[in-house]
Amino acid sequence: MDNIAGQNSSSKVLVNITVLILVLLWLLPTIGLFVSSFRDRDQISNSGWWQAPMSVDLNFRTRVATDNPREENGVFVLEGNVFADPSLTSNFPDGAGTVAAYGTRAVAPAEFAAGEVSELRGGGTLVVARDGSFRIETPEALDRGPTLYFEARTPPKFTLNNYRTVLFADGMDRAFINTLTVTIPATIIPILIAAFAAYALAWMDFPGRGLLIAAVVGLLVVPLQLALVPLLTLHTNIGIGQSFLGIWLAHTGFGLPLAVYLLRNYMVGLPRDIIESAKVDGATDFQIFVRIILPLSFPALASFAIFQFLWTWNDLLVAKVFLPSSSEAQVMTVKIADDLLGSRGGDWGILATAAFISIAVPLLVFFTMQRYLVRGLLAGSVK
Amino acid sequence: MSPVLQGILTIIIGVGGCVGYFYFSNILLDKVIFPAKGPQAGRNINRANQVRPWLFLFPAMFALGLYLAYPVVGSFWRSLFDRSGNNFIGLGNYFDLFNESTFRTAVFNNLLWVLFVPAAATFFGLLIAQLTDRLRWGNIAKSLIFMPMAISFVGASLIWRFVYSANPDIGIINAIRDSMGMAALDPLQVPFWNNFLLMFILVWIQTGFAMVILSAALRGIPEETIEAAIIDGANPFQVFFKIKVPQIMGTIIVVWTTITILTLKVFDIVYTMTGGNFGTHILPSYMMTYMFRDDGRATAVAFVIMILVLPVMISNIRQARKEMR
Repeated sequence: MDNIAGQNSSSKVLVNITVLILVLLWLLPTIGLFVSSFRDRDQISNSGWWQAPMSVDLNFRTRVATDNPREENGVFVLEGNVFADPSLTSNFPDGAGTVAAYGTRAVAPAEFAAGEVSELRGGGTLVVARDGSFRIETPEALDRGPTLYFEARTPPKFTLNNYRTVLFADGMDRAFINTLTVTIPATIIPILIAAFAAYALAWMDFPGRGLLIAAVVGLLVVPLQLALVPLLTLHTNIGIGQSFLGIWLAHTGFGLPLAVYLLRNYMVGLPRDIIESAKVDGATDFQIFVRIILPLSFPALASFAIFQFLWTWNDLLVAKVFLPSSSEAQVMTVKIADDLLGSRGGDWGILATAAFISIAVPLLVFFTMQRYLVRGLLAGSVK
Repeated sequence: MSPVLQGILTIIIGVGGCVGYFYFSNILLDKVIFPAKGPQAGRNINRANQVRPWLFLFPAMFALGLYLAYPVVGSFWRSLFDRSGNNFIGLGNYFDLFNESTFRTAVFNNLLWVLFVPAAATFFGLLIAQLTDRLRWGNIAKSLIFMPMAISFVGASLIWRFVYSANPDIGIINAIRDSMGMAALDPLQVPFWNNFLLMFILVWIQTGFAMVILSAALRGIPEETIEAAIIDGANPFQVFFKIKVPQIMGTIIVVWTTITILTLKVFDIVYTMTGGNFGTHILPSYMMTYMFRDDGRATAVAFVIMILVLPVMISNIRQARKEMR
């Protein structure tokens, strides 16, 4: 409709800008998570992720060695460079940096500006220059070197350490495998059961068909919460208890209404001629289903599979109730919500990485299969 | 046995069992019970065809009945008993709940969620669908806004912690406050408004869903109606509100109700963001505080959710029956 009235160039610019702002708004939080997952722990707690490409002022400490004091005009002098400390090489690989401020107490690590002379508590003076070289003058030789605190500008630093910690030390690898173990059977099994039922509801004639379809539509909205207590009791009574078998059954049951509804809607739209001519040629219902309906319904099957996959992968509620809470059986969502948020509550790098690992697979599925997902959504709700 | 092996075995048994069930039950029906030969061949074929739909339906109906229909009754029955499950106390659990201030807060908050989330998600969805409709990069924009659909509620909550955090070096809100010279505060502890911050996470997730469906509906509007309106001198706003919106009203209602139902089930966001503290409980998260501790109360809360869903359920069934005719 661009060729007819109602659009001019200034409103087009406005539309472009509005959409751009909305997209950025929608994308910004996720970018924050992604950037943070690659940042160093100290950097995260000292500057926001939006400052990630810039240098940060960080605090460091170093212990002055007392091995070779010099005596000059009756005072003992210790000289050296704070950046020479071997424990700081990971932050200052070339042994050089810029000191902004320094101090001698942990509570005030940036008490004095670089170059300023300060009094030591035990008598004597201390000065740290911008390039990190320090000079301590004391009336008597020190038997223990003082600890120096200093604030230095550090370049932006991106690491894979968070990923290493999360994947190999925090048990996230186990949770990842558990999630896969829950998800794959819970995605595959309902499809087949639902496909047969959907075929019967779409193409077979029997009394009570309309009632059954209405029942499926009704069950579509039954809140999961209702099912938790009675089913857990049932599982315990028949000996399944909280286990993988239990959660597969539960996910199968909860996914069925959508599967039946979606597949029936799709199968009803298949051309009647094909099915009838197959019947005339003597095909049984079973043959029609396997040879004709299943291959033709592939798009609908795929879109339900994506839904069910995303839903079971992302689920927290069903996993919390139907799986044991021990760490061997935790899925990723439970691991993050119950374990990491509690024990690693302040470690943003670890949290961001864990979250990113848990959303990476769904995002991959989403972007590669988006077409089927959209088609499934439309089949379900637009008539 | 390791869970992975158990999973593979389950897939094989599950899929094999399904295929085997359907295949052999059909053979049994056609060859043994009602064989299509002999003097009664015709009658047997008809009979077999009467039974066959139920063969196809049985596994699904059994699972649906056990996992969704039975719990509605089972939950209600359980909610009439006390914590131990041995003593019948009638509606005692419900009376106790209504006397609790946290429960009343949860009901109130849930009503806020049900009003705000579908309205906001549908509004943003419609807005973006309309704006991206004629845009060259519209599909990329849509796909990026649709993306949160794939993210778990737990993941989304963590993502939004990087916006809401009280630490100005983590949370964007406080970083902005900091740069304007205001003191840091924890947005999630601001009474009443913290609810809306949590709701916005769900809006963020659901807008993409609304947008995809509404955008398809907008595309389906006959062009002549729009052309006629423009020729008659309607401005873009009139075209949108008076020509387009009325024509996709049915779809808007479907989107609205779908998001409403989802909103009534989501407990993850409240659970991971605030744990229900600072007056943010909603019914699903409130139910989880009783889960594993007092099944009577937990089922009572669940049944209250069911009652809230009931009007939507009835209207959906009506709609489905209308379409079938």
